[in-house]
Amino acid sequence: MSVEAPVGIVLVSHSGPVATAVAELARGLAGGGHTAPVAAAGGTRDGGLGTSSDLIVAAAGQVDRGAGVAILVDLGSALLTVKALLAEGDELPEGARLVDAPFLEGAVAALVTASAGGDLDAVEAAASEAYRYRKE
Amino acid sequence: MADRTADRTAGQEGEHTLDTAFFIRWLTTAAQAVEREADRLTELDSAIGDADHGSNLQRGFRAVTAALAQEPPGSPGAVLALAGKRLISTVGGASGPLYGTLLRRTGKALGDAPEVSPAQLAEALRVGVAAVAQLGGAKAGDKTMLDALEPAVGALGASYATFAEAAGAAGDGALATVPLQARKGRASYLGERSIGHQDPGATSSALLITALADAAGAARASAREDGSR
Repeated sequence: MSVEAPVGIVLVSHSGPVATAVAELARGLAGGGHTAPVAAAGGTRDGGLGTSSDLIVAAAGQVDRGAGVAILVDLGSALLTVKALLAEGDELPEGARLVDAPFLEGAVAALVTASAGGDLDAVEAAASEAYRYRKE
Repeated sequence: MADRTADRTAGQEGEHTLDTAFFIRWLTTAAQAVEREADRLTELDSAIGDADHGSNLQRGFRAVTAALAQEPPGSPGAVLALAGKRLISTVGGASGPLYGTLLRRTGKALGDAPEVSPAQLAEALRVGVAAVAQLGGAKAGDKTMLDALEPAVGALGASYATFAEAAGAAGDGALATVPLQARKGRASYLGERSIGHQDPGATSSALLITALADAAGAARASAREDGSR
C-alpha cells in the first residue's frame, strides 16, 4: 500500500440522505475495509433540502490529509456554493478541487482511485471518466 | 422616481461620500424589502423554480442583519464582505452563492477605504456583477439575476441621481424577463414553459438595487438638512 497520504473525497448533495448513502455505497464498492477518507455534506444544516457551505467546509476539513480534496456535487446550488467557496479561497483546505463528474458513478470511481493511492489528478480523471460509463 | 430633476441637481452639486453606516443602511433596507416581498418572491419561484426563493433570502438577510448588528464592520468593503459570507452560509439555495459572491466581490473591490464615492461603488458593483456572471455562467437574456443587475450597473454613475436610475433599470430588467425562456438553473428544465413568468432572481436583484437607491435618498435628505442648519 502507498505510504503517502490519501486524497480526501467530499460528496455534496441537496439531500443529506443521498450524500450519506452515496458515501456508504462508494465505501462498500471500494471494498477492502481500508478506504481513503470520504465525507458527506448533504442538505442544509437543519436537515432540509439545499446546500450548506458550513457542512461542506466541515466535511472538507474532516477528510483533508494534505494530499488534496476532491469535491463532487449534484446540482445547482451545490455546484455554485462549492465554486463560490473555491473562488473566495479562504475556507476550504489547500488543494481542494471541484471535480466535474456524475455524482454516484464519479463518487465510486474517485474513492476506488483514492483508496488505491492515486493522487488528486488521478482521482479527478477517474471520476470524470465515469461520464463515459454507458448503460445500453 | 417622481423627484428625478431634483435628484440630478443634488447629485451634481454634492460631493457626498458613502460611509460604513450607508452600507449598513443599504443592507438593512434590502433585508426589510425581502421581508416585505418574501411571499411574492416565493410565489414567482413556485411557477418556474422550487418555491423557496423568498424564504431562502429571508433566512439569509435575517442572518446578515443579525451579523451586522452583532459585530458592525469598520469599512464599506468589510460590510459587504461580511454580508456576502453570511448569505453563502445561510441561504441554502443557488441565490446564496450568487448574492454572496456579488457582495463579497464588490466589497473586495472597495478595499478597506473608510468612505467611497458613488463612482467607486458603481465600479466595484460592476466587478461584483461580472463575478456573478462568471460563477453562474449566465449572460443577459438567460432569464436570471443578471437581467436586472447588468442594466442597473450600466445606469450607475458618479452621482446619487444615477442610483434611482439604476433602480428603475433593474425593475425594468426584471419585468423584461417575463417573455424570456430560462436557460440557467432549475427553470431551464421547463424549456418553453418558463416563458410568461417573471424571474424571481431578477426580481430580488431589483429589490437589492432599489434598496441602494432608497438608502442613498435617505443619505441625501440628511445631508440637505445638515447643509441648511
